[in-house]
Parts: sequence; structure tokens; C-alpha cells
Amino acid sequence: MEPKMQSRERHSGIVAGRLTTDALAENFTDLHEPLADHEAQVAADRCYFCYDAPCMTACPTSIDIPMFIRQIVTGTPKAAAKTIFDQNILGGMCARVCPTETLCEEVCVREIAEGKPVEIGRLQRYATDTLMAETAHPYTRGEATGKTVAVVGAGPAGLSAAHRLAMLGHDVTLFDSREKLGGLNEFGIASYKSTDDFAQKEVDWLLSIGGIQVQSGQKLGKDITLDGLKSDFNAVFLSIGLGGVNNLRADGVDLDGVDDAVDFIAKLRQSDDLSTLPIGRNVVVIGGGMTAVDAAVQAKLLGAQNVTMAYRRGKDRMGASEYEQDLATSKGVNILYDAQPSAVLGEGSCSEVVFEYTAEVDGSLKGTGEMVHIVADQVLVAIGQTLLGAPEGLTIEGGKIAVDVFGKTTVENVWAGGDCASGGDDLTVTAVAEGRDAAMDIHAVLMGEG
Amino acid sequence: MADLTSEFCGIKSPNPFWLASAPPTDKEYNVRRAFEAGWGGVVWKTLGEAGPPVVNVNGPRYGAIYGADRRLLGLNNIELITDRPLEVNLAEMTRVKKDYPDRALIASVMVPCDEKSWKDILPRIAETGCDGFELNFGCPHGMAERGMGSAVGQVPEYIEMVTRWCKEATGLPIIVKLTPNISNILLPAEAAKRGGADAVSLINTINSISSVNLDSFSPEPMIDGKGTHGGYCGPAVKPIAMNMVAEIARNPETRDLPISGIGGVTTWRDAAEFLALGAGNVQVCTAVMTYGFKVVEEMISGLSEYLDSKGMTSVAELSGKAVPNVTDWQYLNLNHVTKAVIDQDECISCGRCYAACEDTSHQAISMTADRVFEVMDDECVACNLCVNVCPIEGCITMKTLQPGDLDERTGKIVSSEASDWTKHPNNPSFVAAE
Repeated sequence: MEPKMQSRERHSGIVAGRLTTDALAENFTDLHEPLADHEAQVAADRCYFCYDAPCMTACPTSIDIPMFIRQIVTGTPKAAAKTIFDQNILGGMCARVCPTETLCEEVCVREIAEGKPVEIGRLQRYATDTLMAETAHPYTRGEATGKTVAVVGAGPAGLSAAHRLAMLGHDVTLFDSREKLGGLNEFGIASYKSTDDFAQKEVDWLLSIGGIQVQSGQKLGKDITLDGLKSDFNAVFLSIGLGGVNNLRADGVDLDGVDDAVDFIAKLRQSDDLSTLPIGRNVVVIGGGMTAVDAAVQAKLLGAQNVTMAYRRGKDRMGASEYEQDLATSKGVNILYDAQPSAVLGEGSCSEVVFEYTAEVDGSLKGTGEMVHIVADQVLVAIGQTLLGAPEGLTIEGGKIAVDVFGKTTVENVWAGGDCASGGDDLTVTAVAEGRDAAMDIHAVLMGEG
Repeated sequence: MADLTSEFCGIKSPNPFWLASAPPTDKEYNVRRAFEAGWGGVVWKTLGEAGPPVVNVNGPRYGAIYGADRRLLGLNNIELITDRPLEVNLAEMTRVKKDYPDRALIASVMVPCDEKSWKDILPRIAETGCDGFELNFGCPHGMAERGMGSAVGQVPEYIEMVTRWCKEATGLPIIVKLTPNISNILLPAEAAKRGGADAVSLINTINSISSVNLDSFSPEPMIDGKGTHGGYCGPAVKPIAMNMVAEIARNPETRDLPISGIGGVTTWRDAAEFLALGAGNVQVCTAVMTYGFKVVEEMISGLSEYLDSKGMTSVAELSGKAVPNVTDWQYLNLNHVTKAVIDQDECISCGRCYAACEDTSHQAISMTADRVFEVMDDECVACNLCVNVCPIEGCITMKTLQPGDLDERTGKIVSSEASDWTKHPNNPSFVAAE
């Protein structure tokens, strides 16, 4: 008989195996269970099939939501999925990760009427899961155009562009600096939103349209260059994301135990045994965006005893939606508002973080002088990401590659989309829309219609 | 508290809620439980001739139509009359009536269309102590193929003839159950009256195919790859039933004939509507087949509360209350002008009113970029479609223009005088006073 595993819940420092494998499996299960057939029927029936529906307008990819829901009601979820994928080929992932509470579901007339929107996200998942379970890919390639396009970065924008271009008959080469495709879908999203290796399955499904040659492990600026791509391909689409992170400016940030939240999330996503993943007993997450919430919640789920998420401004200014904040608190995360880090203290490794409370004075944020000490054997920093390694020659605007409404950069035959490009929120769904729209513009230009 | 005691063509029951002749009333076990649950009366599942009973199919007997959340809206059945021996039914009826003397127990009967069959069986059934008979001239499937049920109910002369035989055979009240599968419900109702019927009950079920199996290409319910039309009942048939009840209630020939209202009664409100249209009581089947006997508690409490709220002290007071207001189209006041009004505080901006009006009606609703929907009085014909499709009850209402107001659509001032089609100059039959 194996010895009973001792709980390490109360061990100090950053240690692995705070929870049993069973508890971890339970914690990292699907955040929202998929809808069963009857649940989907009941949920779908709540849709009013609005005229010129607000949900559709709110969707960055303009999915015809009332139509796909009606198709679910009438027992044709595969047709519903087609309606979704026609606009958003990553509709499966978006169904899982979209902040629907600030997009389609926020403007749902039933949200306004009853405070309970139609569950659009879950219904979208129901439809897309149904079609993706089929063996055949639902789209076929158009007649070959003989044109070639390089897509750099296989995150949501790149995948979306590559699929649309392949569908239109172009030969696509999809580059990514990592060995594994998917970008933030694979490395940046909380585990409980994309369970069962969904991101990789979705990539495989998407690529099965054909006509997309994958070149992984190819880093722009190192293994490939924009000039080289421009001469080898008829068009280039850049979707390189935001590779850098903002550094925390406070004393003690180089102490052991101060980590980057993006790295933490990526490691967690790539781990095949969460019980080997070390986590602090008292974790402090600094930042107020979705990454901060994802890091804080997952730290808690890994078994951290106390997790505090600290944001320098108030609740209403937080990047993470109210829904995400509620999710964090429901999982036991303590959110500290109006507090900016002034120092990380410790000997060799961190032991506490000192925050100063803040207040907005005449529109600018000022410290009040009141300090608070929070015990921390691990600090995760999530205060924003930055564009890294953008090729020379492109115009950079507000820290992003400048593009027009079609995704065109200032360099001929080069388009860009996703988080690296200007315009739109840094959301998966926005990246998908930008990739799709740039693909359509590339197509028009290559076929002499642009 | 209003008194729900009901007297229907001389038959007393503690409330006006009877169970219709159907599977729920097929045997002693069920009927006892129904009475315990509070049902005022029971029309026992239709009895046939003595001897070997009819047989039923051994595959599915029911098909259904659903609304949201698989709520059953319509039920279709191909079950026949009781398939248990007559002697068994009679013995059970006798025991039940003895134990529940205050409840109505009606025997539904269907035998071949000859005098001897009817005159032989009624006295025999009367020995059970039952309070009356219901002649099943309605069943539209199976039995009709054998010249019974709706095959009789579709021929007024037969109705009159059989009713007369029955009146000669018994002193107990005779209720004639009518089939809706005819063109004019007044003809069978008048025939029943001529035959001496004490009351009519309606509607029986409507010929129907509830659905088609799109894999096997057979109607449902499907028996070994084939299906047949069944009898349709449940909430979906209520509007059809109510119209037929009202027609009989306002017809000079039949207006004094008591009516037992049947067809989709599911709640107290449905019952109250039937009563208002002239029914003396109601019979229920699909609601109990869907939810069980217990629903009668809600019907009793609901009707009681409603009567109290209207200051009525008895069911009889409600019965027929709406009949004077059921009229012909030609007598509707054409000078009554209404306009739809959208309550902007209630509106959730779904735009269904707009889609309905713009695409299918009179283009009388405007829409702004920020989704404000408003009625254009100069286009609104007051069709009511926006009210009907609006998901929010009370959000869109009809405002009545007062005499002297301008109807912006016609440019005319609303008259204080009522005027209908019979007096309209466009009516070819109208002759203006010289």
C-alpha cells in the first residue's frame, strides 16, 4: 500500500504538491460544464430573435447570434456551428474565453430586462463542439490562386488569417517562434477555460482544411526576417502578439519568488502534472487585468492558502470585468483595490509586499501615505505586455504596429493584426476578426480587386 | 369564499371540474384517487357492448406537440374505448359511486347505431348508480371506422335518433358529446336538442397527425412503420373548442342547452374562460395526463379567488357572462379607433414589434439608431400584432381614441356614435336612408 499523501497546504515557501491530484483535477475542471442537449434547448429558447440584434453588433466577429441560436432550437446544431464559423473560425475557443459579460451577453435584451442574458457563450460552445466532433472539416479550399502568403505568429489572429486565406485558395505558410502553435490560446489562457487540450485540438482541426504549411520554431528577426518574407511571398501577415512584459518598478523586484504572471500561466498550461508545479503559500498578484485574474485564480486552485490580487485603482477601473472579479473572489482570491506596490521585502527571497494606498487627485493617481504589508512568499506580476521585436520599417503607434481598418501596415504587402497591431481590444475574438478581415483584404489585393 | 358547488343538468358536484372520459377514468383505482385529489366528477372511460371488449394497439398510442422547455401543448391519441370487460367496469363504477355519493359519476357510452343496442345497455349501466350518461359521438379514430363515435356525430339525423332512443331508455340526464370534425357545430348541437338531450359536451378530439417521423416517413405515433390519424387535444385545441362552445351558447336554438366545456382546460383561468363563454362546467383530460390529478387543487383555489375578486358567489353567476359580447364581425363598432402605444420604460429594445410591423404589417413602427421603437399613429391600423409578438407583457398596449380625437391615419375625427358594417356606405347591402 502506498503511503497516504501528506497535504502540503501549510508548507511555507514555493512548493509543489500542495493539493492531492484528485483535488487538483477537481479544481481545474471546466469552468462551465458543456450544455447537455435539453439544457441547450431550454437556454436557446430564451432568445427573442431580436431585430438587428444588439448581441451581433457587440460581437467583434459579428456572428449572427440569433440565427445560430434559432438553428439550435430547431435541432440543427451543426448548421448553427456553420453560422458561427463562417464569421469566426475560432468560435470554439471564443465560446470558452470570450468575456461575453462585456460583449454579446452584456447587451442581450434579456440582460437588460431580467439581469439574466441568454447564455450565448455556452450555446456557442454547444454548437461548435457538436460540429468539431465530426471527422470532416466543414470547409473546403477554393480554386488554387497560385499566390503565397506568409503568416507570422500562430495565435488567434494568425490562425484566423491562415484559415481564411487557405479557404480562398492561397498557399499559406504559417510561422511561429514556438514549437507548439496556438499563441495565447495555448499559452496564455486559464486552464479551466480551455480544458482537455482544446487549443491544440482546435489548431489541428483548423489546419485540416489544407493549404497551410507550418514552420514552427521560427522566430522573426532571428530565423526569418520581414525582408526575406517579403521577397519570398506575395503578402505577409504579422500576428506576433506582445512578446514583452512591463517590469514592476519597485524595490526588491529581483528577489527570488517575484515572477512574471504570463510565464506562470504558460508553465501551468504546459504542465502535464499539476502536482509538480510549485506555488507559494501566500501569493500576491499585482495587476488588474484578465492575466492577473487568471494568475490569481489558478494560484488559489493550485493550493495557495492566501492569494491577494492588488490593483492600483478602484474596482470600476479594473481591466478584468466584474464577472471576472466575482469569479476570482468566489474562488477565494482577496482583491485589494487602490493600492500600488512600493517595495518587495525579503532576504534572498520575498516575504512580503508593501503597498501604498492611492487616491485620484485631479485625475492623477497619488499615494496617500498609508501603507499596508501583505505576507508573500510569491509575487506574480501582471501589469501589461509590450510589443517586442517588431521589424524595422514598420510604423509603431502607441506601442503597436500601426494598421488601417483593413489591417494594412505602412509597408507595402504587409498586413498585421491581433495584439501586436493598433486598433481593437486585446481579446481573442478581436484578434480573430482582425485576422479574418486582413485575409479578405490580402485576397482582394492579390486578386487585383483591392 | 365563493361556492364552487355545481349543478349541471341536474347533476350535482362539489366543483365544476370533471375528468373527461379518457384513460384517467378507465378504472376504479384511478377514479378513487381522482376523487381523493378533489375532482368534482368523473366521466368514466367509454363503455362498449357486452362481450369481448375492443383491443388497443400494442405500440405507442400518443403523439405530442411541444412548446418551450418541452412543455406539452398538444396530445394526439389513437386509443379506443375501454378495453376491459363491461361487467368489470360496471362493478367498479358501482363501488366507486357508493363510496363517493357526493361526486358526479357519468357513464360514457358507445354502442352500435341500432335501437336495441342502446336501449339494452343504458338500464344495465344505470344500475351502477351513475348520475347520467354521456353519448360518445365524438371519438374520431378507430371506432369511427366501425360506424360509431364521430361517424354518428357527423350525421345530425343519427344524433337526434340515438339521443331519442336513449331518452326513452332512461330517466337519467343524457349529455351528448360532440365531435369538432364537422363544418358547423350548430347542426349536431341542434340535432341533440331535438332528440331531447339534457346537455351537450364538447369538444371531443380533432382529427390530427401530430408529427411525421422524417427518418421512417411515417406519422407518429408509429406502429410497425405505419401511423393513422388520431384525436388531438390539450392546450393547443382550446381556441377551437371555445369558439364552438360560444357558438352553441349564443345560438337561439341551443342557448338554453347546458354545455360541458372540454378542450385544453389546463388551469383555473382556462376553466373560467369556458364558463364565461357559456359552459356550465368543464371536463379535463390532457392536463391530468401531463401533470397528474393534483392540478385540480390549483383550479379550485384559482377559480375561487377569481370569483371572489369579481364579487361573484357561485359558478352559475360566471357561466355565460361573456356570451352577450360574442357577436358577428358585421356588428363590430367601426368607429372604435385604437393605436398601439409602446411603454418606453418597459421596452427592452428587442425590435420584434418592428420586424413584425415592418416586414408583415403596416410599417407603422419607427426605429432609431439607438434602438428606440415608436408607433407612428398616422400609419397604425391597430392590428395588435406588435402587442402579440412583444415578449414583455404590458409593454405595448392599445390606447383608445376618444370621440373628438383626430385619427391621424384617416384624417377623420373619431365619432361618438357607434357604427358598424351593416351601416357602412361600402356595404353593398346597405341602403342609405332617403
